[in-house]
Amino acid sequence: MTHDHLDKLEAQSIFIFREAFHAIDRLAMLWSFGKDSNVMIHLARKAFFGRVPFPLIHCDTELEMDEVYAFRDRYTKEWDVNFISHLCPPIEATDATLPPAARVAARKTLGLKEVIEKYGFTGIVAGIRRDEEATRAKERVFSPRAAEGGWDAKDQPPEFWDQFKTDFAPGTSLRIHPLLHWTELDIWQYIKRENIPIVPLYFARIYGIFEGRNLNGKLMRFRSLGEKGITWPIESSAATLDAIIEELKVTKVSERSGRPMGADEDESSFERLRADGYM
Amino acid sequence: MTKDKKQQLKLVIVGHVDHGKSTLVGRLLHDTHSLPEGKFEAIQASCRKRGMAFEWSFLMDALQAERDQGITIDTTQIWLKTPHRNIVIIDAPGHKEFLKNMITGAAQADAALVLIDAHEGIREQSKRHGYLLHLLGVRQIAVLVNKMDMVKYDEKTFRTIEREYRDYLKSIGIEPTCFIPISAREGDGITAASAHMPWYKGASVVESLDHFSVAAPDEALPLRFSIQDVYKFDERRIIAGRIESGALSVGDTLLFSPTNMQAKVASIEAWPENSKPAQATAGQSIGITLSDQIFVERGHVASHVQGAPMITNQFRARLFWLGKKALEPGKRYKIKLGTNEILAEIKTIEHVIDAETLAQMQADRVERGNVAEVVMRTRGVVAVDDFNANARLGRFVIVQDYDVAGGGIIGMDGFFDQRAAVSPQVKSKNIFDVDFGVTPESRALANGHFGGILWFTGLSGSGKSTLAKQLQKRLFDKGYHVFALDGDNIRKGLNRDLGFSPQDRSENIRRVGETAALFAQAGTIVISSFISPYREDRRRVRAIAPELFHNIYIKASLDACEKRDSKGLYKQARAGKIAEFTGISAPYEAPENPDLIIDTETMSVEHCVNALIKYVEHHLVEPVRNLEMEAADYRGTGI
Repeated sequence: MTHDHLDKLEAQSIFIFREAFHAIDRLAMLWSFGKDSNVMIHLARKAFFGRVPFPLIHCDTELEMDEVYAFRDRYTKEWDVNFISHLCPPIEATDATLPPAARVAARKTLGLKEVIEKYGFTGIVAGIRRDEEATRAKERVFSPRAAEGGWDAKDQPPEFWDQFKTDFAPGTSLRIHPLLHWTELDIWQYIKRENIPIVPLYFARIYGIFEGRNLNGKLMRFRSLGEKGITWPIESSAATLDAIIEELKVTKVSERSGRPMGADEDESSFERLRADGYM
Repeated sequence: MTKDKKQQLKLVIVGHVDHGKSTLVGRLLHDTHSLPEGKFEAIQASCRKRGMAFEWSFLMDALQAERDQGITIDTTQIWLKTPHRNIVIIDAPGHKEFLKNMITGAAQADAALVLIDAHEGIREQSKRHGYLLHLLGVRQIAVLVNKMDMVKYDEKTFRTIEREYRDYLKSIGIEPTCFIPISAREGDGITAASAHMPWYKGASVVESLDHFSVAAPDEALPLRFSIQDVYKFDERRIIAGRIESGALSVGDTLLFSPTNMQAKVASIEAWPENSKPAQATAGQSIGITLSDQIFVERGHVASHVQGAPMITNQFRARLFWLGKKALEPGKRYKIKLGTNEILAEIKTIEHVIDAETLAQMQADRVERGNVAEVVMRTRGVVAVDDFNANARLGRFVIVQDYDVAGGGIIGMDGFFDQRAAVSPQVKSKNIFDVDFGVTPESRALANGHFGGILWFTGLSGSGKSTLAKQLQKRLFDKGYHVFALDGDNIRKGLNRDLGFSPQDRSENIRRVGETAALFAQAGTIVISSFISPYREDRRRVRAIAPELFHNIYIKASLDACEKRDSKGLYKQARAGKIAEFTGISAPYEAPENPDLIIDTETMSVEHCVNALIKYVEHHLVEPVRNLEMEAADYRGTGI
């Protein structure tokens, strides 16, 4: 029996899910309704034979796109998951020195801290991938956070031979990253293979006036989903899964190009957010 | 290993600090057109902003802290596309402090590039990294002699480094794939032959990458199914885990280790449910149900009956240590072996190895960054393989202060498979009590000695307590489970309702005997020091647990004892202040056939203790070795 690249990634992610479920008493998973977190839910259901045996959290800024909310309403019912929706603190609660887009992200960070505290979660499964961004490339699969949620990129425990950090001092919380080794292309190929539902915003369509901005009737799609006003579609004609996969095989444009937070705005703001606990 | 050009290759780049790893990666990304659009320009702009020349390594070193310090801190991963395959590059830091990150990176690699600075030559970390790659199981290594531009592309310099480093690798058992002279900064030898070095006829770096093969979980090896968890979400009891090697099918009889229980695979469960497979193979994360509801838990390993792993509580390990505190013998550590977590200690450090000179040194501890050969003893038995037979079950990590702080590979040379001896199913001729599957033998194998009662009898002042104390300390220091029972810890609690009448004395001894037997059955060596003057009482104690009882006569004449009279008791007894004092106003019946006589009148205390230790070694420790041998014999007969 030969296993292809996706089989290997799937097996490794299932292994990680089961390690996390075993090691962590109060485990929860972030669900943004984006492509990566939908893949995570699918993998969790494979790992646990049809169910997700821990809650799914959405930190709601009330700024998601309408299609995203529609997707949420449909699949929270259809997948019968234990869903926690948490309203994030207002923008005024965030660090005013951060760029505007980063402040929206900071709301989510604050919201996550609140929800962790409220339910006493000690481990959070998050769908970050190494190929998304250079700082994420440094992450571990089991990544400890100090009690305040901070990430010490300079002093991470070693991680090898699939032996993850499953011992921790009281007060430590963990982030678990089952998709760390996946690439954007892997995600789309897997979505196609496994027939995983996604928000239709990922497919190209004609955009006229969108969220107050004139997009001039261009053919565009969302490569990455985020809040209204800070996330924009990119020019693309990919209207099917196959077209998206073909597009990604040749593109040299970064995945987060539709999201200004990062290199375009301030090269260090992303890292500052991560050090502060942002996913 | 399977050769498949389409498979993604995981590549680690190691070498001494400043020998140009990040620069090489930046150059590789650029020259193979693998960079995202605008990244090159962004780094250019960033360098200009900082007022410095263009720096290739900035592509990798994305964290600000690294830019400020100018060294790579952690392992980053970058995707690279050659015309023939996709490659994930793991850039491992060369700085000694960041060894744990280098190991994190290198342990996942299929192949390695070792960078050596042509100008500086072979340095400490060049050798240490080579050694660690070998320990981590990375067998494919290409050596790149970098910065050739700084030595005017001189062939002699290259050949000298090649000869010296090849000799070093050979001495640790590595046959390098190739040596390539390059200049990462100038782009020589990266994608094609360099015009500066017409004397070099071999492959470029990119060409060499296509020669490497991708490591795959081995289906050809015997089945190893590591149990992660047992789920009961619904009416199914699903045994979940990953197949580390081999394959299993529905209907196969599985042997679980270390419990040695068997059951058939009833089904392979999967979701969505329309896809129930009949077979599963190496690398897959699966779940199965069993035909019999035997006891299975996380950490157990399923195999077929033929080709099972070894069961042992001792093995030799070659390990590297990354802990902030030194690794010390005698201390308890948690080790993780597959999905098994178990307490273990370093029994002995055979030697510490200097990775640079390969010199073997005696040491009483393993310091951070060192490699050592040790003998480990686990608390209870575990299923293992020799690393060379099956790496997945032949390696483990050690946890210190909540973090993985070291890793080791297992060597079973000279150690026996204890399967037969610990088995609840395979009857050993020596097993006299199968009690919930934990036999005296399995306790003995776990502890390194049998339990037993060293019943000291003798006059007051004969030296029972003195010898008991010293013997306890000496046995404890040897790592044995030992406990001394005496009037102090018995009369105050358990027997505080008893006086000194003949009836009460008998009852006192009976209770001490029962207590001692429980300790001994639990695997402890019990030293009891009570005068126990009556033969009948001692006979009754022996009857409680005859196989555990050792009657030891601590012999000294009444005269000698009375002269010693350290507690002044004889004086008081002679004065009639203590009634029924053994030897004075009550009889002492010396044992007729003691198992051992310790004459404290003719021997020094030290001699007496040595004689007792010799007795313990002979009767309680050596039989464990026989048990290991016996287990090996059973293995030889195919059980």
